[in-house]
Amino acid sequence: MLPPPKSDGRLEKVLRAGLFAVTAELNPPDSADPHHVFDAALVLSQVCDAINATDASGAHCHMSSVAICALLTHAGYSPVMQVSCRDRNRIAIQGDVLGAAAMGVHNILCLTGDDVTAGDQPGAKRVFDLDSIQLLRTIRTMRDEGCYMSGREITVRPRLFLGAASNPFAPPLDWRPHRMAKKIEAGADFFQSQYCFDVPQLESFMKRVCDLGLDEKAYFLVGVGPLRSERAAEFMRSNVPGVHIPDHVIERLRKTPKQHKRAEGKKICVEIIQQVREMAGVHGVHLMAYRQEELVAEIVEEAGLMVRRTAGGATPNGWRAGRRPARPGSHDARRHPDGND
Amino acid sequence: MGLARRLQNHPRLLAVGYKANLWIAMKLKFAIRMVGEKRLARWLSAPEEFTKRRIFDCKMCGQCILHSTGMTCPMTCPKNLRNGPCGGVRPNGHCEVEPEMRCIWVEAFERSQMMTTYKDELHILQPPVDRQLEGSSAWVNLMTGKDRVTPAGWGDTPRAGG
Ligand code: SF4
Repeated sequence: MLPPPKSDGRLEKVLRAGLFAVTAELNPPDSADPHHVFDAALVLSQVCDAINATDASGAHCHMSSVAICALLTHAGYSPVMQVSCRDRNRIAIQGDVLGAAAMGVHNILCLTGDDVTAGDQPGAKRVFDLDSIQLLRTIRTMRDEGCYMSGREITVRPRLFLGAASNPFAPPLDWRPHRMAKKIEAGADFFQSQYCFDVPQLESFMKRVCDLGLDEKAYFLVGVGPLRSERAAEFMRSNVPGVHIPDHVIERLRKTPKQHKRAEGKKICVEIIQQVREMAGVHGVHLMAYRQEELVAEIVEEAGLMVRRTAGGATPNGWRAGRRPARPGSHDARRHPDGND
Repeated sequence: MGLARRLQNHPRLLAVGYKANLWIAMKLKFAIRMVGEKRLARWLSAPEEFTKRRIFDCKMCGQCILHSTGMTCPMTCPKNLRNGPCGGVRPNGHCEVEPEMRCIWVEAFERSQMMTTYKDELHILQPPVDRQLEGSSAWVNLMTGKDRVTPAGWGDTPRAGG
């Protein structure tokens, strides 16, 4: 028997139903116009189960994740609110979490956060009052015990599906699966990983994860994204913290004629999705298409993950995390558990 | 690297030192009642800072968990993480923030693997830092138990510090 759901959100429903989930990152605007958020969300919402609102990722200032979530929930979308420990202390974060739940946010992703030196305002003060694991535990306490970290009561508890990040590609590689276990112990219900370009490394990581039985305890979404060109790839590799791109991927882009580079980058992404989809312990993908949002729909389509809307598709309950149901057509046909959208 | 800092690469030896320290601290508990916590702190913080800064580059957070982290001070991580490495560790094992420095958690992991007694304590979930204790003597806080006090909503308390 599955434990009762933690949230009322679609992402959790899809995962619990054993369907292959798709989430995507919304590139936050540098603008005060809400339509920039709505336009981006419209493209993504048609192909994914939840939209990630980033919290000044790469330590670059953009519209805040709380504000994006306010706009998205108001418009009826289901966001994953990212919370990083870099900019706010425990008092501010707990307040934001309550507010987010009140607005209708069902998912929160707890992150350590890239350091201020990665951004364009390296002179900023770094906070890191909590680390991501303490943050997970704090929010879990708010949800399950109904109190703040201080022990003070919360009258109506936030109902949240708690996420954490995982980077299977960063040293110490042997520790990474154990770190995931610690995050689950602290309260993580699902994971979204860093960009995956190194499938063999992911495979050995997932094997350890399954050996430790972690695939039965939390859902794992693999981070993927298209590379624009070898130059973009090299830039990411050396400037975006934690991104690991093997040489052969860059070489493949280099060999591609200029006018086909973008298509090749997309193709690499689609291939990676198809490979990780077959991997034990993988429950979905998380698409990060920095400044290439228009590609997200094409990637989802080409990877065979496009939603086939079947009216009245009921939620088949009783599947455990890590077990994909074997039913005809399930390989490329995903049905919405809600059945109404 | 100085001689004292090189000691860090002998975590088992340091763990013996830690155990001795723990034993002495527990035996000296009565001293708190005799001389008072404040005076004891005045006597102990200078020697504590002197030795621990030299060996561990200790930041005097006042709630030492060194033995759980492979005798590597977690406060030397530029992000002050207490529960393990961030996702930004470079492929060569160096720190995201300071490219010249090895990630302290890569070192903590290696060192903890060399240890016998406290090897698995690396997986303990460490509670948030009580910033009120910053700059105070962890040895005295160990004797009074202040280093193990967690916020009421946090739940269970971790094991003894050092
Ligand atoms: S790379 Fe290691 S030392 Fe540097 S901030 Fe991350 S965890 Fe801390």
